[in-house]
Amino acid sequence: MKLPIVDHPTAAKPFVTNEDRSHWHDDALWFVRVKRDRQASSVPEWEYLRERASAIKTHTIANLGDYLEQFERNATARGATVHWAADAEEHNAIVLKILRQHGTERIVKSKSMLTEECGLNPYLEDNGIEVVDTDLGERIVQLREETPSHIVLPAIHIKKEEVGQTFHTHLGTDAGASDPQYLTEAARNHLRNKFLSGEVGITGVNFGIAETGGFVVCTNEGNADLGVSLPKVHIACMGIEKMIPSLADLSVFTRLLARSATGQPVTTYTSHFHGPKDDNSELHIVLVDNGRTRLRGNDTFRPAMHCIRCGACMNTCPVYRRSGGHSYRATVPGPIGSVLSPSRDAKSYKSLPYACSLCGSCSDVCPVKIPLHHQLLAWRGELVGNGLLPLSKRVAMKTASFLFQRPGLYRTAGSMGRTALRVLPHFVTHNRFNTWTKARELPKPPRESFRQWYIANRGNPQRRDSANGNATAHANTRSNGDAS
Amino acid sequence: MTVALFVPCYIDQFFPQVAVATLELLESLGLDVVFPDGQTCCGQPMANTGCNSDTAPVAQRFVDLFAGYDAVICPSGSCTAMVRHHYAEYFADDDPAFTSVRDRTFELCEYIHDMHGGRIPDVCFPHRVSVHQSCHGLRELGLGSQSERMTQRPDKVAAVLKQVQGIELMPLTRVDECCGFGGTFAVNEADVSAAMGRDRIADHSGSGSEVIVSADMSCLMHLQGILRRQQNRLQVMHVSEVLVGRELETTPLAAAQRS
Ligand code: SF4
Repeated sequence: MKLPIVDHPTAAKPFVTNEDRSHWHDDALWFVRVKRDRQASSVPEWEYLRERASAIKTHTIANLGDYLEQFERNATARGATVHWAADAEEHNAIVLKILRQHGTERIVKSKSMLTEECGLNPYLEDNGIEVVDTDLGERIVQLREETPSHIVLPAIHIKKEEVGQTFHTHLGTDAGASDPQYLTEAARNHLRNKFLSGEVGITGVNFGIAETGGFVVCTNEGNADLGVSLPKVHIACMGIEKMIPSLADLSVFTRLLARSATGQPVTTYTSHFHGPKDDNSELHIVLVDNGRTRLRGNDTFRPAMHCIRCGACMNTCPVYRRSGGHSYRATVPGPIGSVLSPSRDAKSYKSLPYACSLCGSCSDVCPVKIPLHHQLLAWRGELVGNGLLPLSKRVAMKTASFLFQRPGLYRTAGSMGRTALRVLPHFVTHNRFNTWTKARELPKPPRESFRQWYIANRGNPQRRDSANGNATAHANTRSNGDAS
Repeated sequence: MTVALFVPCYIDQFFPQVAVATLELLESLGLDVVFPDGQTCCGQPMANTGCNSDTAPVAQRFVDLFAGYDAVICPSGSCTAMVRHHYAEYFADDDPAFTSVRDRTFELCEYIHDMHGGRIPDVCFPHRVSVHQSCHGLRELGLGSQSERMTQRPDKVAAVLKQVQGIELMPLTRVDECCGFGGTFAVNEADVSAAMGRDRIADHSGSGSEVIVSADMSCLMHLQGILRRQQNRLQVMHVSEVLVGRELETTPLAAAQRS
């Protein structure tokens, strides 16, 4: 689905400046992060597991074609039908074709960020098919006609009172009710009817296993199992990066996934699917590229394909926690989204690599060791290289570089700047044109720089005449550096 | 042992007292300290914006200026991390001047802890202190254990500070969350940056601390700016100032003047 593109700071503003909401969101996600820390620390080999997971992914991505073919062979041998989709349109068309073949009017769908990425819901609805999301969070978001704000916790941005209001409108729950127990029960009853009347079940895929041709779906509500147990047709939509070589490898990932995602030791339901349920049933697996091969071809950003979509980088990201997921205007928000989105469309998402203080927390929390903050930094270099940095910032950096190469000029500019800050009235230096001073005071400028102090108290600094590494000390001789 | 002092641009211009404290501290450790003339900036602002072609000549100047010293010591984890981990992009792997500068550039506390047996002069600082771990110091230089990783590392800043007589280190709720400075991030994403800064300050204030101490003056510059806007009496000090025995301003007026 094409989302409106807005500059991140602008899109973040209403969320982050609503202090109550921003703090509430921050606390909710920090709580998850703390649970994750507790779980991770309970596994002595945690760092080893991350290392293994990263190595398995590197290997799989390097040999992706072979593993995909092996997967297709084995899945087909088990009776599944494997489809290949080059992009979102093709994916949607394949799904619709299968639905049409069965005269389907209503599907039940468990959570899948891939179908979100492909815009499957609106596409099917436009084609007259009713889509019911069965993940509770997704259902809430769906009823509100919003998009998920987080890849694991799609409705984390919505308060329980607001859920109560939504359910009151759509499901007829009591007005003003906000008790999570009551609301969950109401949703469960509502969804139960939907499950019973679903004609086709659609799920995402967490891991496809080349060795067996089977795949795994992890949920906490069991909705994936429910959604596919009654209908005769199950369509599994899978990004090609979800591949892993063997069942033994799976154990590494299942230990990391739930702990990283929600701080649980394991997801409540880890469902394995190997072929159709029975002779009367069909299993379709749609393998989707949609830009992944292009990402794979990029040496710098290829590790982003390791992502198992646990969401830990979002939970830990101080920018995400305070600005909310919608500020990214992308299917996948947060640090990994800021790496993935510009690889699809650098121009539209050019502000995302800058929506990051480069604190590095995401890289260290990531269970598959994607160097997220270094990739965001690399993205900035790409954007500048492609002329996508605004001119004002470009000029500022060019000027800074010019000054820093000319110590004499740098000192003059520094001294003028400090004097200006000292003598100008507060309202001149602190106004709306100076972004720094919107929420902060400028430092009080000292009369002398350190270098001036040094000359007054220690004599002249050491001058280095040759640029080839041979220092020549000229203690107490006059020196102005390379006066410019 | 001749060591070179690298004073980052913003410390040179805005916080000379931090460079003075660093110099005095290193001298009191018996080191022969030189301050190479012509130094300006490590190039981090440009590099973090992605302006690599603007960074290259600045990095080259830095390496030319600092090659050949036994060590280059810098009172900033962030600038040290720039040299150690991000200069590789601008030099050949086997450029001897580059590798020597890369391997011999140290953050102040790191130098004292790793290269100088962790000893500091006898000083007293009878105050409640909360330590702000800078992200680059923590995660790029490994100055302490970070909460995301399940590996233990010595906390070099705290280890050095703990030797100060009378000091009381106060615990934080979120031990190592980012303060929101992030270089040009503070201007680019002003609202988020300020929100992060206010939250950091609330954690430090809530710990009962009188002063936030950090090895990175850039984080402190941002936090101090917010503290002053809030008219908050919590103070900030660079770790070098504590280690040479500078006193905490105690009267509100003095505190206001100081900050
Ligand atoms: S990038 Fe890493 S932490 Fe973020 S969602 Fe993917 S696997 Fe999880």
